Amino acid sequence: MEAPIRAREALGFILFSLLFSICRSSSLNHLLISNAERRIDLSSHIVKVYLTLKVENAGSTPTSEVLLSFPPTQADHLATVEALVTKGKRKKTTLVRLDVKATELPDAPNDAKYFTIYLANPLKSGESTTIEVLYLLTHSQEPFPAEIAQSESQLVYYRDSALILSPYHIKQQTTFIKTPSTKVESFTRVEPSNRAGTEIKYGPYEDHPPYSFSPILIHFENNSPFAVVEELVREVEISHWGNLQVTEQYTLVHAGARHKGVFSRVDYQSRPTLNGASSLRYLLARLPPRVHSVYYRDEIGNISSSHLRTDSRKSELEIEPRYPLFGGWKATFVIGYGLPLQDFLFETSDDRRYLNFTFGCPLLETVVDKLTVKVVLPEGSKDPSAVVPFPVEQHLETKYSYLDVVGRTVVVMEKKNLVPAHNSHFQVYYTFKPIFMLAEPLMLASAFFLFFVACVAYLHIDLSIRK
Amino acid sequence: MATMPASASDLLKSFKLKTKQQELLIRVSILCLVYILAFITRLFSVLRYESMIHEFDPYFNYRTTLYLTENGFYDFWNWFDYESWYPLGRIVGGTLYPGLMVTAVLIYRILRFLRFAVHIREVCVLTAPFFASNTTLVAYFFGKEIWDSGAGLVAAILIAVCPGYISRSVAGSYDNEGVAIFALLFTFYVFVKAVNTGSLAWSLASAFGYFYMVSAWGGYVFIINLIPLYVLVLLITGRYSMRLYVAYNCMYILGMLLAMQIRFVGFQHVQSGEHMAAMGVFFLMQVFYFLDWVKHMLSDTKLFQAFLRITVTSAVAVGGIALGLGMVSGYISPWTGRFYSLLDPTYAKDHIPIIASVSEHQPTAWSSFMFDFHILLFLFPAGLYFCFKRLSDATIFIVMYGLTSMYFAGVMVRLILVATPAVCLISAIAVSATVKNLTVLLRSKNKVVQTGSTKGSGGSKSSSKALLDQSQPFQKNGAIALLFGAFYLLSRYATHCTWVTSEAYSSPSIVLAARGAHGNRVIFDDYREAYFWLRQNTPQDAKVMSWWDYGYQITAMGNRTVIVDNNTWNNTHIATVGRAMSSYEDEAIEIIRSLDVDYVLVVFGGVTGYSSDDINKFLWMVRIGGGVFPVIKEPDYLVNGEYRVDKGAAPKMLNCLMYKLCYYRFGEMMTEYGKPPGYDRARGVEIGNKDVKLEHLEEAFTTSNWIVRIYRVKPPNNRW
Repeated sequence: MEAPIRAREALGFILFSLLFSICRSSSLNHLLISNAERRIDLSSHIVKVYLTLKVENAGSTPTSEVLLSFPPTQADHLATVEALVTKGKRKKTTLVRLDVKATELPDAPNDAKYFTIYLANPLKSGESTTIEVLYLLTHSQEPFPAEIAQSESQLVYYRDSALILSPYHIKQQTTFIKTPSTKVESFTRVEPSNRAGTEIKYGPYEDHPPYSFSPILIHFENNSPFAVVEELVREVEISHWGNLQVTEQYTLVHAGARHKGVFSRVDYQSRPTLNGASSLRYLLARLPPRVHSVYYRDEIGNISSSHLRTDSRKSELEIEPRYPLFGGWKATFVIGYGLPLQDFLFETSDDRRYLNFTFGCPLLETVVDKLTVKVVLPEGSKDPSAVVPFPVEQHLETKYSYLDVVGRTVVVMEKKNLVPAHNSHFQVYYTFKPIFMLAEPLMLASAFFLFFVACVAYLHIDLSIRK
Repeated sequence: MATMPASASDLLKSFKLKTKQQELLIRVSILCLVYILAFITRLFSVLRYESMIHEFDPYFNYRTTLYLTENGFYDFWNWFDYESWYPLGRIVGGTLYPGLMVTAVLIYRILRFLRFAVHIREVCVLTAPFFASNTTLVAYFFGKEIWDSGAGLVAAILIAVCPGYISRSVAGSYDNEGVAIFALLFTFYVFVKAVNTGSLAWSLASAFGYFYMVSAWGGYVFIINLIPLYVLVLLITGRYSMRLYVAYNCMYILGMLLAMQIRFVGFQHVQSGEHMAAMGVFFLMQVFYFLDWVKHMLSDTKLFQAFLRITVTSAVAVGGIALGLGMVSGYISPWTGRFYSLLDPTYAKDHIPIIASVSEHQPTAWSSFMFDFHILLFLFPAGLYFCFKRLSDATIFIVMYGLTSMYFAGVMVRLILVATPAVCLISAIAVSATVKNLTVLLRSKNKVVQTGSTKGSGGSKSSSKALLDQSQPFQKNGAIALLFGAFYLLSRYATHCTWVTSEAYSSPSIVLAARGAHGNRVIFDDYREAYFWLRQNTPQDAKVMSWWDYGYQITAMGNRTVIVDNNTWNNTHIATVGRAMSSYEDEAIEIIRSLDVDYVLVVFGGVTGYSSDDINKFLWMVRIGGGVFPVIKEPDYLVNGEYRVDKGAAPKMLNCLMYKLCYYRFGEMMTEYGKPPGYDRARGVEIGNKDVKLEHLEEAFTTSNWIVRIYRVKPPNNRW
């Protein structure tokens, strides 16, 4: 396997050097990065990259836009990009979040994808600023070997570049890669590079022109379970009688190296650390405080292996799938719970109501490939609108629940490739007249009333033909 | 009603209920309470476990119901199921009684229409309790029809909590019997009503009740034999009447035509031996009517006697010849084995091991009669006595129903269910008549003192008792004591029923519960663990081989194809599986490969001490396998006629596939403190073969308590 990989790397390198020569002429603006430090955390299956860029404006015009670029393979797996800038001096520093937007550039070399960071204050000529960038990559560790037996541990590949891909000239850069354990099978050497303990250091490299790229491949042990929710449907149903009912349908898969051959219960029970080290035994869901009536079940019934711990700040639900998940094994299940409405439903000054709820998946350390959030508004509510901090696809549906006549409006939001960092709040605004709350009790009451009237009438009327 | 009440007191008076109205109110409220009681006493399992389907057969019913809700009636009717009986498949629409599924879906649709957002599972779980509630109503009307409304009320209460009925109608036991008992009792009630009134409307209703019963359960054969038998008895005892003629003819003809619409029954209704009695009685009825007419026309009795002799002999001869011809030509099929085994309890044991292997087909033990009927067992003869004392068309029916069904209940455990309504009704007559006599006694004595004469309902009976009074001065006290005794017995009955329901009949058998060391409840959810694993982690078209008991569950919960299942229609196929399980591995693998099997599933209770596992069922596999394939011989697996799994076991036993699959790597396992590894807790022995090696199969999954073990069939080795 070694030879073709090398060849591919070499090819990549040549390609990028070619590109570099093309792009050199059309420099975007006059920014340059005087110092870049990148820390890649590979300890779980979600790759966390912390990038510290010291950006300098070498041109003459002030600018407030800084570009980040990613190779297309990474861009597909990019879950979130955040940029922060430190403000204040010395100990009174605060971090300020900056706007980041995906941008298309017409002459992107080799399909590189861009994100633009908008600085709060334009960077004047000759000034420099430090930007902290955090981005998360999912599905970026490829298990190799792709199939392992129960007693083997899981080895994965991680591909990246030793040099930071950037449209700007980088004067000095270093990359640190943290692996989950000291067991590293191999890593590509790009001098100067060395490994100490769980850390691999690439660099420092001096003076690299824009779009420099030097592919690296790290082969290391990662036994953390690759919990991936292929599809999650969250349904939040608002009842103005004081309850918020949440139902979450999961399709969970262990996306690590596929399990091969025998599953032996004896080995799994007697030597759990050696056998099935990468298996997924349990999951932790962090639910809002004051949660009640929690259930955990699947298509064929209740799953009895779950524990709920509640305190005033949060609730933790520990769930075990029916069976431990090995690589490639799947499990589907449903979690449902009720919440007190007053914690999540508020009123605006103009008499509209809004629901304030978290968007993402409550499971910790889990990637969600596709998330659908459905907010079921009470019957009779009007003009729904959703405010979500990141782009989502939206549409409306109608749902019929208990004793509904016209149906409830459902606001549906869809998003792909989510990580726990997406657990921010979103709002759904709507108008609702409280009189609609009485419709269903009145309907029931009148049905019973009619029934009793019919009984009374039947007892008092003689229907027989003969007298 | 016409005049306005003059004053306030009159107004108040007009609100005060009359005695009749009071009685109605009390009756309706008692019935309502009984209706609710019958429902909630069946909810133990839902409260203790969850809203889930129980046992084995209900899973098939649930699966077909799901199919019906999703695909509609026509697809359901024409459904060919590839997922069972691989490679044969099963024509589901033509081999089941669709009544239950259609009923559940109908209830589901109605609830949906009324905007109750229920899941079909909830409907299925609660169908049986709902129909049990309805049965209490029918029991009330039936009791009212054969005795009086008091007996009806008592019958409703008795049947609401009777364990014999609860055993098949707790929430979650979504089985045919759940609705069939309702249909059975309804048909009988309406038929008796038709006989009593001679009304065409009631006999029409009984035909439809019969149709519903046919659509719901194979036990309809009981109706179509009991009713002709009853008619025959009435004919013999000289109780023939026009009412009977109308009731039976209408019921039989219409009922037959309707029953033939059910694909599973079809032409069997006119061709099979089980249905011939009804047809014979039908023709006999016409002969009777004809004779009656001739008698009416002929004034000469002597001539009529001669005519009668000729007609009866010729009719019997024609009938006999027709039957014989039908039998010989194969037009009329002989009785099935199941039917034979009902008439002769030892038949199944000798000829059809597959029927005998089912625990609910065993002859009933006395203890289970006591368990299921409690005081009804003593009240039943008393009720019979009362029935004989007041013989009428209706009481003859209930007596016959009671006696025949009691016989069948003795033959097969599961048929206690059929006997339950009759036992409850007859016992209710006993209770009601006794209590009524006693209370009449108490009341009439006062009247004797006051007025010296008796009047009202008691009639001659109470006056004779009043005469007796003078000779027995302690009779009033005695009556009070007897009343208290009756109430004491009835209250014991109620507590017994509740206890039995909660302890014996409310476990789903999918989830097993046990008490842990600290008194906490431990749940073994291994079945669902295994089935869900199959569902999620095996290829969609994987074929699973297991003993037929688990077939329905694997297809319903695991959603995978099975080789055999609980619909035991093909004995050879089951025997093939039995043969594979009882052969050596290299012989078994040939069978397994020829059946295209991907996974083999066994149930093993050695770790938890769960006793109804495959090792304990194994002898039946050997017997059924040996019944078709004589290579399998039962004595090979026994040592001196004894079945054992420890060191002293037969060598064939220690090396057969079933033994290997159950005990694979079990020898390394410590199950109990102070016992050697490989100690089987279900049988209390150390296993005989601890070094089990598998060559063609590999362990694919074992559940956390080892109850279900699944093995993958390895692909054949490459040859080079």
